[in-house]
Amino acid sequence: MSDWITPFLIQSAVQAITPILLAALAGSLCQRVGVFNVALEGKILIGAFAAVVASSYMQSATGGVAAAIVAAMIFSLILAYGATIFRGDHVVICIGMNLLASGLTAYLLRVLFGVSGVFSDPAIVSLGKIRIPAIRDIPIIGWGFFSQTVVTWLAWALVVLISLILFRTPVGLRLRGVGEQPDAAETLGVNVAGYRIATVIAAGALCGLAGAQLSLGAVSVFAEDMSAGRGWIAVVAVMLGRANPIYSAGACALFGLADALSIRLQGEGLPNQLTDISPYVVTLAALVISHRKRLRAALPSAEIDAASPGGVAEPQPDTR
Amino acid sequence: MTAPDAARPARRFRTPPAATAILFAAIVGGVLVVASGANPLDAYYQILAGSLSLGALPDTLNWATPLVGMAVAAAIPLRGGMINLGGDGQMAIGGLVAAIVALCLPAPGPLAAIAALLAAALAAGLYAALAAWGETRHGIPMLVSSLLLSYPAIGFCSYIVRFPLRDTATGLPQTQMIPESARLLTIAGPLNVGMLIIVAIAVAAIFLDRRAIVGYELRLRGLNKRFAGYGGVDLEKQAMLAMFSSGAIAGAVGAIIVLGSDFRFIDGALLIPSYTWSGLMAALLANGEPVGTVVAGLFFAALQTGGFAMQRETTIPRVLTLVLQAIVILFLAVRHGLGRRGA
Repeated sequence: MSDWITPFLIQSAVQAITPILLAALAGSLCQRVGVFNVALEGKILIGAFAAVVASSYMQSATGGVAAAIVAAMIFSLILAYGATIFRGDHVVICIGMNLLASGLTAYLLRVLFGVSGVFSDPAIVSLGKIRIPAIRDIPIIGWGFFSQTVVTWLAWALVVLISLILFRTPVGLRLRGVGEQPDAAETLGVNVAGYRIATVIAAGALCGLAGAQLSLGAVSVFAEDMSAGRGWIAVVAVMLGRANPIYSAGACALFGLADALSIRLQGEGLPNQLTDISPYVVTLAALVISHRKRLRAALPSAEIDAASPGGVAEPQPDTR
Repeated sequence: MTAPDAARPARRFRTPPAATAILFAAIVGGVLVVASGANPLDAYYQILAGSLSLGALPDTLNWATPLVGMAVAAAIPLRGGMINLGGDGQMAIGGLVAAIVALCLPAPGPLAAIAALLAAALAAGLYAALAAWGETRHGIPMLVSSLLLSYPAIGFCSYIVRFPLRDTATGLPQTQMIPESARLLTIAGPLNVGMLIIVAIAVAAIFLDRRAIVGYELRLRGLNKRFAGYGGVDLEKQAMLAMFSSGAIAGAVGAIIVLGSDFRFIDGALLIPSYTWSGLMAALLANGEPVGTVVAGLFFAALQTGGFAMQRETTIPRVLTLVLQAIVILFLAVRHGLGRRGA
């Protein structure tokens, strides 16, 4: 078994975790302000596409990352305003956004580059790796981080930063207040809609980063629907972590490991159609186990847990 | 959203929301077309001519068969306030099971086709009910689990057809051709009996929704889940039943494509036209109301069939029609509170 945990496996796991982790951070933030964001998938896709387009036109990976962030933030405006000012149904808006992202990127891919399916071009500059030879031989952590993109480092830094903001600053207190007791927050003079809009747009930036890592990190291609359910796995990570960035990061690490293991199993000769499904199976299994645990820990509150996934009350349309 | 709007006495003339949404989508889509250097009026003319002209109508109906089927499949849970995002996986299971039964069952022609159809519906229905079971017993939200279950199903079907059941004669990832006797009868041109099956399913859905107790209880759940439970509806059983029906219809759609047009299970062929997502959008457009869902499904089918003509005659890719559909849904969701559930 020990020869299974190789430096390469850990390295590819860390690589696979990054987009899911960034999206899960975005989801956690939205959950905290009472916006049920399942449009993570579409936002990642928009980010991945914008990153490839900008990188190939500007010949710069930095430009690609910047474009991904901006594009995903603009795309997030639909949810930011649709769910607050216009009081639309969060889930329906998010489903519409996911489908719009899928259609729009496929359309632009054909119009801009005249290709369908997969777009790869030598002009696409991928993200450079930060190499730290000194930690190369430290088991696990060192293996994982000795050669990763700046986005990966940023993602883990953001886990700490966002946790600090959420739980240690006045802004974080207001954010959580907006999600837990919007009426009380309003009474205290907090601009509920404003906080929600700003948070959803900030979450868009995080998803943009996730997309950039996906299309410019390990590879430098864009493929239609290349987000491949990662946004949904992030939604699950938010649920498992109960919208706490650090716990969600733990869940993401589990999925990343499953993803990396599937590549490893492929190397052992298993067909990739079977190994590709392992992240989804692990995700579902984790959900079942976590619910079991929760049941045992707090029997009386089981009913409430089932009613509100992720432990945070599902946002109700404001009827004031 | 059609029902309450119609019931309310009109204070003043109001343009129907769906029409406004379509106009809005046409304008945004037009801007997109202009930005890519083509003429939007030409594009829309090609869509209309390529879908509703006499010559194109059979193609539109042929495209509408699976799309309306998937729309009804999505509408049933939606009517009860649930969303089934796993249509792709359920359709793949249905298609594969239908192909296996039609290939292996030593029964006379039509019987084999019927058995294949029923087996497909049963298998896909049970798989969909798994998501409902996960929610009621394990607290996994159906919205997430139905989608996440879809990926393993697609992967598994893909594996089966690439390895154990691969057609060795062609070497492509597909099963062998199913015998001619087990195929669905052709009506005319591209149309086959599958269309009639979908019509029957749609009529049954409309009838159950309007006249039967199950339909009433499901609508009640959609309007107010707690009240439905208080009124004596077995919510767990209802969720399982709604998801089973939804999955069964999705499976039947997969079987109809396999038995009626492809004559074999081809890896990915069921999913590429994205009937699931267009169907879901049609159901969302009508908020799960079955008649509206069928109309919206026909509309989207016309849009997509016209998209082929547009792609042929102009330089505009047909995926534009998917963008238009998504804009319609987003406009209605944002502007008219589509899908907003009663508190």
